[in-house]
Amino acid sequence: MEGEPISTPKPVHVPKTIDPVRKRALEKISELSGENVWECMQCGTCSAVCPMVESMGFTTRQGIHYLQFGMVEKVIDARIGEYCASCHSCQVRCPRGIEVPKVFEAVRLLTLRQNEDFIKLNELADETIVGAPQIAMVSAFRKLTA
Amino acid sequence: MASATVTEVESKTVPIYVMGKKYDVPDTLTIMKAMEYAGYQYIRGCGCRGGICGACATVYRKAGDYKIYTGLACQTVVEPEMYLAQLPFYPANRAEYDFEKLDATPESIFKLYPELFRCVACNACSKVCPMDVEVLDYVSALKRGDIEAAAEISFDCIQCGLCTSRCMGEMAQYHIAQLARRLYGGKLAPKAEHLQKMCDDIEGGAFDDDLTRLKATGEDELKKTYTEREMEPAMSDESWKPESSAGLV
Amino acid sequence: MKIAYYPGCTMKTKAANLELAAVEALNVLGVEFTELERWNCCGAVFSLAEDDLIHHVAPVRNLIRAQQEGCETVVTICSQCYNTLARANLLVRGDEEKLDTINRFMDEEPDYDGGIEVVHYLTLLRDQVGWDALKEKVVQPLDGLKVAPFYGCTLLRPDEVSIDPLNEGILEDFLCALGAEVVPFSAATECCGSYQMLAHPEEGMQRAAKVIGSANRAGAEALVLSCPLCEYNLGSRQPEVVAMGEDLEEVPTLYFTQLLGIALGLESDLCRLDLAGRAARDLLTEKNFVAAATV
Repeated sequence: MEGEPISTPKPVHVPKTIDPVRKRALEKISELSGENVWECMQCGTCSAVCPMVESMGFTTRQGIHYLQFGMVEKVIDARIGEYCASCHSCQVRCPRGIEVPKVFEAVRLLTLRQNEDFIKLNELADETIVGAPQIAMVSAFRKLTA
Repeated sequence: MASATVTEVESKTVPIYVMGKKYDVPDTLTIMKAMEYAGYQYIRGCGCRGGICGACATVYRKAGDYKIYTGLACQTVVEPEMYLAQLPFYPANRAEYDFEKLDATPESIFKLYPELFRCVACNACSKVCPMDVEVLDYVSALKRGDIEAAAEISFDCIQCGLCTSRCMGEMAQYHIAQLARRLYGGKLAPKAEHLQKMCDDIEGGAFDDDLTRLKATGEDELKKTYTEREMEPAMSDESWKPESSAGLV
Repeated sequence: MKIAYYPGCTMKTKAANLELAAVEALNVLGVEFTELERWNCCGAVFSLAEDDLIHHVAPVRNLIRAQQEGCETVVTICSQCYNTLARANLLVRGDEEKLDTINRFMDEEPDYDGGIEVVHYLTLLRDQVGWDALKEKVVQPLDGLKVAPFYGCTLLRPDEVSIDPLNEGILEDFLCALGAEVVPFSAATECCGSYQMLAHPEEGMQRAAKVIGSANRAGAEALVLSCPLCEYNLGSRQPEVVAMGEDLEEVPTLYFTQLLGIALGLESDLCRLDLAGRAARDLLTEKNFVAAATV
């Protein structure tokens, strides 16, 4: 795949035909995650082990594919980052060693860093707050609130 | 009246910046006095002037120094090249609750202030506290359900709002701490039994006769009774008893 | 080697039944440790962004506390705390620049020098005590108890912090040492739903249903858990999960430390069986592991 390298933690090669907005989006994802999504060979193992894949708009593998072309908004609409449970099953299985959770954390952060929450604190039921262990609230708020 | 000795103090002036404007003020003054010296009149952000009400929270920086400093305007003495801004009131979320109906459990606090779990332990709060309260420590204590520890650690809080202004998790720490102290003091701390007993004795009339007698005593006699009363010696131990047992329950 | 115990927020309240027996068991087994005197919430999840340093401050601050108290090792029972502390430790040990920035940010604390080891309770048991020695101390073997060992995610992933990187079955070995019969089941290392039970409850419950279903099909009498969030998703919320799932049966859940306490003959109020479900208590009395009157 020919293209110009961008200076990010891992050099990311993108097709010359990619438009500047998409290129910027891909750069952003690479910067935030430190991962090169073009290492993905689309084997689909990540989708196979993902516990939340059925809730997402499309599969984990498809998500990486869209990201390869900088189509971040599609991945956001499919709510992959939102439904991801950070279980890391994808990471340990990826034959290319891509740290997939970091990639989707980057997608998640694109929304969160605009000061937009995925969940609202005041929408949590009282019984949930009373019954759930503190780590549930701490992790949910860390991952899904700005 | 004894004469008071007034010591003459030599003071030089130092430049301070209030809302960007420079003033030369005597270096012995507190921020509050210095601003009044400069001609400002406080209609907000001023209270007890004694370091305990929390109204005059001030944020300042010093020239060439990136650090953020905080203090109470009435207690902090001016320093050269101080750039200051006052925080008379930083908006803070206070939950509505009926105290009588609350259970004294950590979960009551979690329900009212779920933002407690947004703490990232950055410690910005403790760093800006003018009373040296270990804010992070009490937030941590609350997260692990220790209301008593939180009540104790937050005891010196004067609710000035500086911690709230810096909080990454967007908490109003001092409101949460106040709830913890109220729950602890009102519902968890052991009650003083002897206090209750004394109240019962009083209401039961144990002192009625003495009070009636004293009320009937003339002013001179009353003064005499007072000045000639038997006083407990300063260094006595628990075993000391007065000679007369009149008035004792 | 001084060992510091880091409890984490949940141990003192919801997960007292995970902690108490574990702590007393270490005393019985002769492992010396002290609870960290001053600690803060570790953050429960490890932040995955390259540029994010603030979220690593919380776990590193705890490692500084351990350093200040003269300890070399931090042991923790909560899986999420283990994962967060261990990963933060690896991150700062491997990246001088990030460690330097974090140390400079925490200018009110001494610098972290990277010298602390973070271990999980099971690793500590295996390495400091050994399964044979543990077996010898068992006074109430859990004979005939069919248990499905559930690891969840954070004890095993990512590889660099896994407590069982070669898949040797550390939890299974532990349960065998207690005399229980380990029932392998397919969902042993799958995700319980984690915080999605709060954020997207329906999806969270579907996840939990898969795990329960797998344990049912394997014929487990009890599901052994190691994490308070797994216990919430698979234990506390189980009645709702079973109700909404298909062909699911209730399966009692117990913490691995409660089984440890019972096997070592610790008093039942240390095992906090009152915080275990009704089904779990019934199962234990039925098997004569605990006297009915004590639960």
